[in-house]
Amino acid sequence: MSAPTPTPTAEPLDTYTLNMGPQHPSTHGVLRLVLTLRGEKLVHVDPVIGYGHRGHEKMAENRTYAQFLPNNSRQDYLAGVIYNFAWCEAVEKLGQIPVPERALVARVILAEFNRLASHLMWIGAFLLDLGGWTPQLYTWDDREAILFLLESVTGSRLTYCTGRFGGLSRDLDPDFPRRAREVLKKLKDRWQEYEDLVETNVIFIERSRGIGVFSREQCQSYGVTGPSLRAVGVPYDIRKVEPYGAYPRFQFDIPTRTEGDAFARYWVRVQEMKQSVRIIEQALEQLPDGPIIHEKGLGSKKRLKLPVGTQYYAVESPRGQYGIVIVSEGGTEPYRAKFRTPSYANLALLPDVLPGYMMADIVAVLGSIDVIIPEIDR
Amino acid sequence: MTLLAALRGRLAGFVGDFLATWLLGAVLIMAFLAFNVLFLVLAERKLAGHFQRRVGPMEVGPHGSLQSIADMVKLLGKQILTPVATDRFVYLLAPLLIFLPTLCVASLIPLAGAEAFANQPYGLLVIVALSGVTVLSIFMAGWSSNNKYSVLGAMRSVAQVIAYEIPVLLAALSVVMIAQTTNLRQIVEAQHNTVWYVLVQPVAAILFFIGITAETNRAPFDIPEAESELVGGFHTEYSGMRFAMFFFAEYTNMLVLAALGATLFLGGWLGPWLPGPVWLLIKSYAVIFVLIWVRWTYPRLRFDQLMSFAWKVLIPVALVNLVVTAVLVHGIG
Repeated sequence: MSAPTPTPTAEPLDTYTLNMGPQHPSTHGVLRLVLTLRGEKLVHVDPVIGYGHRGHEKMAENRTYAQFLPNNSRQDYLAGVIYNFAWCEAVEKLGQIPVPERALVARVILAEFNRLASHLMWIGAFLLDLGGWTPQLYTWDDREAILFLLESVTGSRLTYCTGRFGGLSRDLDPDFPRRAREVLKKLKDRWQEYEDLVETNVIFIERSRGIGVFSREQCQSYGVTGPSLRAVGVPYDIRKVEPYGAYPRFQFDIPTRTEGDAFARYWVRVQEMKQSVRIIEQALEQLPDGPIIHEKGLGSKKRLKLPVGTQYYAVESPRGQYGIVIVSEGGTEPYRAKFRTPSYANLALLPDVLPGYMMADIVAVLGSIDVIIPEIDR
Repeated sequence: MTLLAALRGRLAGFVGDFLATWLLGAVLIMAFLAFNVLFLVLAERKLAGHFQRRVGPMEVGPHGSLQSIADMVKLLGKQILTPVATDRFVYLLAPLLIFLPTLCVASLIPLAGAEAFANQPYGLLVIVALSGVTVLSIFMAGWSSNNKYSVLGAMRSVAQVIAYEIPVLLAALSVVMIAQTTNLRQIVEAQHNTVWYVLVQPVAAILFFIGITAETNRAPFDIPEAESELVGGFHTEYSGMRFAMFFFAEYTNMLVLAALGATLFLGGWLGPWLPGPVWLLIKSYAVIFVLIWVRWTYPRLRFDQLMSFAWKVLIPVALVNLVVTAVLVHGIG
């Protein structure tokens, strides 16, 4: 009789498991990565999500449409305005609620300012992941000016709830365009500085070029959207492909790049910020007068009932395509609400991409796709 | 200085000449280094603040000048934890041991023409040998902590310090070739007779600067500590005063290596009007200022990039520089 063949062990002996997170400075919140490493090289990665799960979809089923409104900006805490308006616009579309012109344009202005703030924060956080401490204090300084501006309109700094069905809760004050232009001017002055100090920095280029390369096929099979997708050369932006709100009236480009690496994602975001400024400048020019919300309109009904039906509505968040599905059975609450959040799909790609990279690159790639954990967990 | 001499004479009456010098030297150096760490930590935080459009610590004392003392008191009061799974003996030994080589090196730097606690004919070699020992205690700390992040940090540290020791040594050697001595005091005196060696050996000076940045684990070469990856690296598991010892050693190491750089390339204690030790200190702090500036400006290199930078760029350049120096020195003199 031959000796029984030894059963192969689940884990080869030359690798080890390293638990990164849920409490780790570079996992951007409560993400946990279970890394299998050989030396410093990654063999396998298992992202574990759910530490920030609050059940937003279930909550939506137990609240009226208006009651759920504050929840939405808490899904993605860096794009609160955009998420807040997305829920309003989805409900407006299903309920055929009219929105005044001024509100439509004002929404674009606020949403683009929010996008700028989110991207600025990302640049700081990404460079922090690469070990550069100082840039974040500069980008946060710029972001602060934007937050201050948004605060003066919405009353809050992070979890905005200024959208209403059929408009906005508050009007832009007469002084707003002047202050907004001041902020934009400050931002434009800073860009040259960022380009000189970051984009031409040898260490930054070495750390981000060719790191975390996504292919077009990978992105499409995982449903990756946002700057990560545009960095592989697909000009997919909801603001262009399924235009919503007042976006069709404004001229702007979709910056793309073909490399698909961390540097391309950085570049795309920086260019997107320039496009956002372009949109805001046009919107400030075209801002019409008139009411910001229809008084006594359909939207201001206390117990708003939506017609029976299913409505899909998508917006472009700073991280990609944010989709909402509302299934209404005619009541005051949705029968079902489903949120398609971009970071969820973007993160799902990582186990395919990361193996083979070193420990430091894992942090860099994770930072480069801009994950927001509450948005993944919902 | 007369006060010191008198004190030494008094002490010699009790414990003998050699021990008196030894005791006085040790106490003076320890006291100064402790003060230096407090000052450097504050300087680093203040400078970092201003580089980042902030003001830095402002609460304790005028302009936050007593902040490091408050921090020290806080660290003294902290509970000292020993994780269960550590290799206890090594774990306790590491923070004590890390301080020794730096202290020895500090005593070897000549402060002025007459004053040096140890006037070694092979001073430079002893310094290079001793500063290599620091990495041993870093590895002890990382290994005994029994934490994977710490081991990774310790591994990185060993590889990095060994790689960067070589260009530092080669850069120092090219100075030795010109000065024709390894005695640090004579090296400074040779600069007194000619010019500062940073003008004669600019390449070596840059190599030396990059080397000490890596040896003191500072950005862009701070990969053993890599806050965003390894959460502190080898000292993750240390708390309270044990952590403070690593901190202490790091900043002391900075001063000592900067002082060595000033001695080799910037003419050590040489300078008009002020006494020698003051000049040495000014020059060392100037080097440290650049170190701090670099740290708060650049992102971090990756581990393999760091290694290939050392082996493929720095060491070949240092070797070429050494050969050119040798040929020139031989040809001229």
